[in-house]
Amino acid sequence: MIRFDRFNLSNGLPVLVHEDHSTPMVVVNVLYNVGARDEDPGRTGFAHLFEHLMFGGSVNIPVYDDPMQRAGGENNAYTTNDLTNYYCQLPAENLETAFWLESDRMLSLAFSEKSLDVQRKVVCEEFKEHYINKPYGDVWKLLRDLAYREHPYRWMTIGRELSHIEQATLPEVKRFFHKHYNPANAILVVAGQVRLEEVRGLAEKWFGDLPSGERYTRNLPPEPAQTAARKMEARAKVPIDAFYRTWHMSGRLDDRYHAADLMTDMLGGGGSSRLYQTLVKEKKLFSSIDCYHFGSLDPGLVTIEGKLVKGVTMANAEEAVEEELEKMRRAPVPEKELQKVKNKTESLMAFEDMSVMSRASSIAMYELLGDADMMNSELSRYQAVTAEAVLEECRQVFRDENSSTLHYLAEG
Amino acid sequence: MTFRSTPPPIKDPADLHLELRPCQRFSLDNGLQVYAIDAGAEEVLQVDIVFQAGNSYEEKNGLAPAVNFLLKNGTPSRSAFEINEFFDYHGAYLNRNCHNETADVVLHCLNKHLPELLPVMCELLTEAEFPAQELDIYRQNMKQRLDVNLQKCDFVANRLIDEYLWGFAHPYGRYSTHESYDALDRNALRVFYNKHYACGHATLFVAGLLPKDIEAQLNRSFGQLPLQRKPLAPAAHPTRRASERRHRIINQPDGVQGAIRMGRSFPNRHHPDYPGAMVLNALFGGFFGSRLMENIREDKGYTYGIYSFLQHHLTESAWMVSTEAGREVCEATIEEVYREMHRLREEEIPTDELQMVRNYLMGTLLGELDGPFQIIGRWKNLVLNGLDEGFFTRTIETIRSISDVELKTLANRYLQEETFYELLVI
Repeated sequence: MIRFDRFNLSNGLPVLVHEDHSTPMVVVNVLYNVGARDEDPGRTGFAHLFEHLMFGGSVNIPVYDDPMQRAGGENNAYTTNDLTNYYCQLPAENLETAFWLESDRMLSLAFSEKSLDVQRKVVCEEFKEHYINKPYGDVWKLLRDLAYREHPYRWMTIGRELSHIEQATLPEVKRFFHKHYNPANAILVVAGQVRLEEVRGLAEKWFGDLPSGERYTRNLPPEPAQTAARKMEARAKVPIDAFYRTWHMSGRLDDRYHAADLMTDMLGGGGSSRLYQTLVKEKKLFSSIDCYHFGSLDPGLVTIEGKLVKGVTMANAEEAVEEELEKMRRAPVPEKELQKVKNKTESLMAFEDMSVMSRASSIAMYELLGDADMMNSELSRYQAVTAEAVLEECRQVFRDENSSTLHYLAEG
Repeated sequence: MTFRSTPPPIKDPADLHLELRPCQRFSLDNGLQVYAIDAGAEEVLQVDIVFQAGNSYEEKNGLAPAVNFLLKNGTPSRSAFEINEFFDYHGAYLNRNCHNETADVVLHCLNKHLPELLPVMCELLTEAEFPAQELDIYRQNMKQRLDVNLQKCDFVANRLIDEYLWGFAHPYGRYSTHESYDALDRNALRVFYNKHYACGHATLFVAGLLPKDIEAQLNRSFGQLPLQRKPLAPAAHPTRRASERRHRIINQPDGVQGAIRMGRSFPNRHHPDYPGAMVLNALFGGFFGSRLMENIREDKGYTYGIYSFLQHHLTESAWMVSTEAGREVCEATIEEVYREMHRLREEEIPTDELQMVRNYLMGTLLGELDGPFQIIGRWKNLVLNGLDEGFFTRTIETIRSISDVELKTLANRYLQEETFYELLVI
């Protein structure tokens, strides 16, 4: 049970406070309700580029990192297709430094040409490092494009192509800031060695006078139900053929979500999972195989990906995967197997809750979903999943016409 | 000017009180030494048994990591699948890691499952069988993984810089190849396992919200293992450094980035220069606000990230600079690294910058000591390196008090361009 208190500032900023007096540290987590799904299709990668610019100085503070480090703090941020999250951890004595820094950059950035120029280059190098200069690096660019036709999940957080980032201009940066970075679109979580009243005072002092801004209404094109299987073949300079197949699944808030999550864990979660045991260990068709999903807020994708053992044909590999899925569609999974993935989930949550930083980001995340208190009933929602629900989920998701397949083949 | 232009007052973290929480020590019936930290709020545990089974003790390249990896792949009474299923069913994680001198087997679990898990963990440490079938799959899949990794410039660079620094015959400098995987044989695995695990010398580290009967539980399990009381003598290996210091490799002709590694040897943690070098390293390239990052990422945008670090081994360490940079700016990046070394040798260090580094190091250290697994991690480091709490105290004292003059002296001793191996892999 994670306890917290919540209050709202008059400008609409929700503030959630989680006290933990066993640590000497505090965590300040600011989540902005904007991710790559909110981008213009001609300017993909912008939310993430913008995250970099948030460290390039704000209206009253030349550089963010310097005072943070001086206060003994560490900070970072990440952008996903759904949201952007900034977090820092510092000794409790210096909590106010975090309020000063975070409120100033919510008030306004410095919008420096130099910072934009440098961060465009840095993000391009990040793009190259992770998605171009690595074997199989462009897989998700291809898969998202194949699986989505309408919804903006059809591009990666880093962006569809380098040129989108290279062409970003300062006026665009300003527009993006004013649209998404304000109290109406943010969630503030303060956790660790703090007292509610202290946080209330600091929040009023530093965030209280920020203009509320307009609440962003998200109006994304829903992905139409897929009606025919999609297939694609790519050839690249990689040593080994790889198989990828995705299926559309429900969104994070759907009642079906937890069954889908457990289903992927049975298929692909480590050493005792079905795909690994049958296809890597028994049939020796794959050298590695996994089944996963990203936990996307809007309807996401279940993915199976595997590297084929050299000499195995794609047709044989594919057929073997389908055989395993057919077993999942035919009859309910044994109780013991279901209990196993529930136990794994329980334990994963306990380990995650050990860190104040992870608790703070969970609170922010669940608050974004609608109510931070949902995090305390999450485990019981997993416990309530039945073998029949998993069966139903397998039948719903693992349909041929719901699938997109990528054969990623070694050239030459 | 508004109130926002004035930073709130801070307490210099360098002045914070910081101490390493003491750990309990006891030994089990068989002499196995246990270090324990009882802390935390969640009912979770980490049980980490460390053997003298790193690659320094192997007679064949790749034997130590293969044994470490495969020891959970079958005993006379359980198949690899049954073992995995057993730990998964209890929501437990059984990981293993192989290092240069040591290798460990680590259990993370909920407290309530510990009594069932410990006997099976011990079974793996005494009865592992290394089935031929499992070894075949391991060999095949590791070779495939190697082929993929060999296309990555960072992977290739990490291997080569170690080889230049230590020589391929040295455990710190060698790496896996198709031939080394092919040469693994089941009998050699079993011999190594018997000597270094089943009848080896070990140390046990446990942390978490410890159950009241933890000592009894450990005694019933680990306390009954036929372990050696005395440690093995450290294996001595000659170092053969490369004669050429400057290397340029084209691994992917159409690569758009290059992996840069620059490294030199550095004494181990026992050397009196170590704590000061740690502070100097922070200033140089040890964190986001370091000079390498400020200059090469935040001013020039050549890279997504650049770091320097002390790469620790028990007998001798290395001081390393590591980054992936745009192909066309790799040479410029290397030049800038040398320029930053030069500045540290020649120029005064601004008081302000030094204070920032002190505060950063102390603040993060405070954060890193938060939680039972983090605290036991520090203790593990001290114990395995033959150090005591005094080392921790000296490190903190150095962070607080080392002068700019002392740092400059260290820069002149270690950050000399001509002492670094320099590698670029495209």
